[in-house]
Amino acid sequence: MANTLPDRGFAGREYPATAPYSVGREKLREFASAVGAAHPAHHDLVAARGLGYPDLVAPPTFAVVVAQRAEAQYVQDPAAGIDFSRVVHADEKFTHHRPIVAGDELVTVLHVDSVTERAGIAMVTTRCEIFAEPGDAAGDGTGEPVATVSSSLVIRGEDS
Amino acid sequence: MARPVLADLSVGDVVATGTVELDRARLVRYAGASGDFNPIHWDESFATRVGLPGVIAHGMLTMGSVVGVVADWAGDPGAVVAYQTRFTKPVPVPRDGVAVVEVSAAVGAIDADAGTVRVDLTVTHEGTKVLGRSQATVRLS
Repeated sequence: MANTLPDRGFAGREYPATAPYSVGREKLREFASAVGAAHPAHHDLVAARGLGYPDLVAPPTFAVVVAQRAEAQYVQDPAAGIDFSRVVHADEKFTHHRPIVAGDELVTVLHVDSVTERAGIAMVTTRCEIFAEPGDAAGDGTGEPVATVSSSLVIRGEDS
Repeated sequence: MARPVLADLSVGDVVATGTVELDRARLVRYAGASGDFNPIHWDESFATRVGLPGVIAHGMLTMGSVVGVVADWAGDPGAVVAYQTRFTKPVPVPRDGVAVVEVSAAVGAIDADAGTVRVDLTVTHEGTKVLGRSQATVRLS
């Protein structure tokens, strides 16, 4: 491959809102168990409601499951030039505007905030704005803000 | 369990500590639960071929696991209103046995007006920091 670094022309790109992600109780329990999150609000409806939530509460990093699907639009696009075998996850940041709960229908608008390169090492930073859509309405990214997820990936070039 | 109160806290207070044990089965479980099937987290030969020492834990698994001590301390996982980290070193997970990750959570800053406390997490594996600038913002009353 002549060029193993990402196309800088993608910086600033914004993608259309994704199809809704339906947050299910069993998915929250499964994710919570996988990260060892034993707090009853992730597993037990009575405990979650006792804390004032309408349903089971997602663990603090659950939004990555939703964000990752949106990020795939960019990182798996061959035109973006991201060689996944050379990728290292550099950093991750979650801002919760309100907790994610079971029953949420979440749509995500993906932004490519930056694509930079220095000495054969590239870094791409994406930002997912996650919104809750009311009812079964098709998501257009104008619902209630739920979370912002920023992620940076480092991509090593061919010779580094 | 009584929930922590902002006025009782001081910068530097260690509010929680814990240990997370990661084995290969845990990595496979996280891959399935999260949808992150990158083979560097389960395929030894793939991992070594791309220059890693062997299978490594998902950074997101380490990040997601260690914050549990903060959620439990806060008494409400929904009180964690922000959480960020930098992945500074990989956590190799052996074929047999476990990788032990240790976490210590201390008050880094208090914002009385916002009603939040920044909890700084020190996360190590075999004495080496594996997460950098790992901070959770927790809303307290």
